[in-house]
Formats: sequence, C-alpha cells, structure tokens
Amino acid sequence: MTHLALTNVSKLFGDFAAVRDFNLDVEKGEFVSFLGPSGCGKTTTLRMIGGFEIPSFGNILIDGEDITNKAPNQRNVGMVFQSYALFPNMTVAQNIGFGLRVRKESEANIADRIKEMLSIIHLEGKAHSYPYQLSGGQMQRVALARALAIRPEVLLLDEPLSALDAKIRVSLRAEIRGIQQRLGITAIYVTHDQEEALSLSDRIVVMNTGKIEQVGTPFEIYNFPKTRFVANFVGSLNTADAEVVDVQQGLLIADGVLFHTAEGTKGRSVGDKVKMAIRPERFSFASEQKKANVIDATIENITFLGAVVRIEVKIGNANFNMDTFNNPFLELPKIGSQTKVTCSREAVLVLDD
Amino acid sequence: MNLSARLRNIPFWSWIWFILGALYFVLPLYATLDFSLRMERGVVGFKAYQSSFEDPEFLRTFGYSALIAVVTILASALLTIPTAYWIRLKLPQARRIVEFITLMPFVVPAIILVFGLIRIYSAPLTIPFTDIVLMPALTTFKFGTNILVVAGYMVLGLPYMYRSVDTGMRTVGVHTLTEAAQSLGANWYVIITQVILPNLRSALLSGALLTFAIVIGEVVLASFLGVPAFGPYLFLLGQHRAFEPAALSFTTFLMTWAAMGIIQLVTGGQGQASGAH
Repeated sequence: MTHLALTNVSKLFGDFAAVRDFNLDVEKGEFVSFLGPSGCGKTTTLRMIGGFEIPSFGNILIDGEDITNKAPNQRNVGMVFQSYALFPNMTVAQNIGFGLRVRKESEANIADRIKEMLSIIHLEGKAHSYPYQLSGGQMQRVALARALAIRPEVLLLDEPLSALDAKIRVSLRAEIRGIQQRLGITAIYVTHDQEEALSLSDRIVVMNTGKIEQVGTPFEIYNFPKTRFVANFVGSLNTADAEVVDVQQGLLIADGVLFHTAEGTKGRSVGDKVKMAIRPERFSFASEQKKANVIDATIENITFLGAVVRIEVKIGNANFNMDTFNNPFLELPKIGSQTKVTCSREAVLVLDD
Repeated sequence: MNLSARLRNIPFWSWIWFILGALYFVLPLYATLDFSLRMERGVVGFKAYQSSFEDPEFLRTFGYSALIAVVTILASALLTIPTAYWIRLKLPQARRIVEFITLMPFVVPAIILVFGLIRIYSAPLTIPFTDIVLMPALTTFKFGTNILVVAGYMVLGLPYMYRSVDTGMRTVGVHTLTEAAQSLGANWYVIITQVILPNLRSALLSGALLTFAIVIGEVVLASFLGVPAFGPYLFLLGQHRAFEPAALSFTTFLMTWAAMGIIQLVTGGQGQASGAH
C-alpha cells in the first residue's frame, strides 16, 4: 500500500517552476533517493514533504491523509539537515529528547528512548556532550537519532553526508541504510552524489529542471537509462550520433562503424537519427571472434585510476572510453597500437532526448 | 609549542607596532589615573574618587542613566530580535534596507535626531483637520520625555544591538535550527524560548553591554531633552572641577572593561559551540 504519495505536485517561485508535475508513490519502509544536479528541484520537493514549502499545485498524502497544507510541526515527519542543525545549547541527550519533550511524553519514556537511540547510533558515552564537542560524523548521527526518536512517519534526509569527508561518508551511509532497514522506516534521501544514491536506495528518482526524468531501481537507472540526461548523469557514458540501418537486425551506424543493438531500433525506422550510448565498462578487448560488435580500434590514451584502468580508444573518427579492472599481471596495450574491442548487443543503448 | 617559543617567533616589527599601539592607548589612561590620584597637593590618594562618589548628583544621575539604559536594552531587544529573526526566516530581501536603517545613527548626528524628536513631539498629536488630541506633547511631562529619551537611545544603539543579534542568528544558523525544531513538532513559543533565545545569549549580551556603554556616556540627547543623566553631569563637572571628572572617566573605563570581561566569560563556551558549525 502506498505510504507517501505525491500527486501532480508543482512549486512555482514567481515565474520560475522549481518543481513541475511531480508524481511519486512510496511504499512503507522504502528508501527512495532524489538524485539530480543543483537546482533540479530535489530539495524543494523534499521541503514540500516536510512542510517547509507549500506546493503551488498538487497534493501530498501520508497513508491517504492529505498533509499538503499542514504545518511542519503537525506532520510527524523527521528531517536530517546537511548542516546537522543540532541545538548548540543542548547536550546530545537533550537534542535527541527534544521532540519527545515537545510531545509531552513522560520523562521515563524519554529517558528510555534516548538510551535506545544512543545505542542505535553507537554514541552511548556521549549523552552529556555538547554538539561542539563532537566530530561531523558524530553530529550527523545525533541528528539522525533526534529525527528518529519521534518515530516519524517519513524520514527526510537533505544531503546529510555532503559536509563530511569521504571515508566517513561511506561508513555513515552504510549505517544510515542499516538503521533505516532495521527500523523499517520510509526514507526520502536527497543527494547529487550518484554513488550515494546507487548504494543506498531501493528506488531512485532522477530529476532535472524540476521534472522527473526516470524512476527506477539503482540497477534499472544505471543499466537502462531512459533519457540522455539520466545516462549522462548516472555513471560515465560514451555517446555518439548514429543512424538506424536495419530495424530487424538492430543495426546502427556511427561514424562509419556498424553497431548491433538488442532493443535500440524497436519502434524506429531505417534512416532515423538516434543517440547511441555505451558505458565504458561494457567494452572489453575482443579475445575471440564474436559475431557482433567486434570493432577495430586504436589505443589513444591510458589513465590509471586505481582499481580501474580507463583506456581511450578511437573507433572510426570518434573517441570512446573503455574501463577495465586493474590487473598487475596483464600487460596494457601500447598507445597508438591497433586492437579489437567488443561489447554485447545489450550494451548498445539508444536514448530518448 | 609553548608560550615563550611562540612569543619568540613573533617578528621584530610586530613587537614595535604592538608597543607603539599599546603606548597610544595606555599613556593617556595612565595620565588620567595619575592625575585623578593627585587631588591633594603632594599626596597620592583617592580623594577625587571619594569626592565624586559622595556627590549625591553622581548617584542620582548614574542611577537614572542606568535605569534608562536597562529600559533601552529591553525595548531594543523586543524590537530587534523579532525583526532580525523574521528577516532571516521569511524576508531575506529586506535585509539590505534594514541594515541601511541601522547604519543611520552613524550618518545622522545625535543633535539632528534630538531636534527632530523635539520638533515632532513638543506639540500634541491630533487627528488631521480636527482638534481631537491622540497623544499629548511628550516633551511637556516627565514620563513623556523619558519615552523620547529611550526612543532616541534605541536609535543610537540600533547599529550595535541589531548587528549583534543578526550576527548571532547567522552564526547559530537560526533558519535551519527553526526548521529542525519545527520538524520535531515544536510550536513558535517553544522554538523561540528553548531554541532561539538561549543560542542568542552571547549576541544579546554583547548588544546590551554596548548599548549600556552608549547610554551611560551620552550627552547631546540628554542635555537637549533636559533629563538628569550621567553624561551631562560628567560634562558639567568637567567644566567646574579638574580631578573628579578624571576619576569618574577612569571609573567608567574600568566598568567598560569589566563589562567586556563579563562578555568574554559568558560567551566563551558558546563561541566554541558556534565555531564548530
């Protein structure tokens, strides 16, 4: 059953449409990320769910109840902010207990809940510390505990990890996901970091210029992007202008080179101009003569990226990136040498605009 | 690195500039103190201080100014806190206008302000084209004059009070704190009393003490409105006597430093808290 529903939600600031016709149903316990570049409307949408912005059009419902015009303090929606937003005058325990005290829960209940939350975030020894005595990661864990302490219907997280350094970001995001799954809470997570969205989410909503580009699981979003924007924004991508040569055989031509695609020519006609896309990791060196997509290429450049080696190859007149796992026992090809590269039919995508 | 090693690392010219700067401030102060201690010929003592504090006018005027300062601080806080809060929260586009207004006391001298106040409030306020009096002439009775004094001091103290409060709000991130409290279910009363005001304590104290210092030493407004304030008393004393004004000036200086010490003491912990953000 739908737990959180946004129907035809739009937000206008004067003439500027920050969010346009946003429709989304979220199941209970689902972790959904809003992913997109700055200014795409993801934070505005989150703030509308939190009640900090009122939609210009559309409705927001939690368990069927319309909360569109409810004040933020009447929604029972917890929020974690990028800047932690811990109350500097209160200790960790007081911060966590704040929402419960506002709800006039008994002191015994509050104390129990604070203890439980501190144990969840592994900060039992910090109950009496003030925010300025904590590290960034600890502060964000307290902020998470404070938002969860009130048992919210929905947990909103507005780029909660972007102020933290890379290592803490990775460990904390696993912690956030673990806590969310353990408590079975519905979470909406805003980020512009695709890796964060891919690793955390049950579903991702990719947004651009106030509109939803695609909604899907991380697997779908990465492997089967529906639009050029999604393909470019999530992961890296080789794109080339191509023309449909044979619809039945799924044949495209790009820069004089033929590519076989599995589904890319469906619903198209011979001569259609299309945008062809192939992820760098879908290319490999052709070790045996396969039937389709064995292509002559010239090695243009090699970049060592640690776990991955990025090889730039020239195919026809266009340059493509090819990613391969780093293997210290295999010799890399020489720059300028001729080789053959290959990719499966399924790897050749045809994108809508 | 220990203190002596740190001091050794300070360049030679920095020391020279520091000493010159210190002399510039310390020498006049020392001269005032020395002068105030030599009221009796050939004796160094506190006669001038004793004489000043024994004067009933001193206590009366200082008491009056202190009371007016407290009222001014309360009224200023009531005006600036909601204004700065609302601008941070809902009307950021109005910040430039309000900042410009708060700078006016630096541009418009107190003499202009007091003449304006006297001109407007020395006649009763009536409904236009009628004789119906809405408010009597404020300068014609004591309470009314005190209202004008407080209003005038609020204007003079506005740059310090508003900027202290506004800076305090920016430092603690009042916008996000408000939203965080709202998302936890807090109403406006809880947000203001439990979240905003406690975190503005140091900012408010700074603004309050600066306002206090301004009110205690102010001469022009008090003289023209004819109130028994400390500033005009000190000014008049300086025209008739030599040692007592020096003693009172030095006392005022000590009080100001004590006030600054209190600010440091009270805000020490909060400064760290703010810095963590």
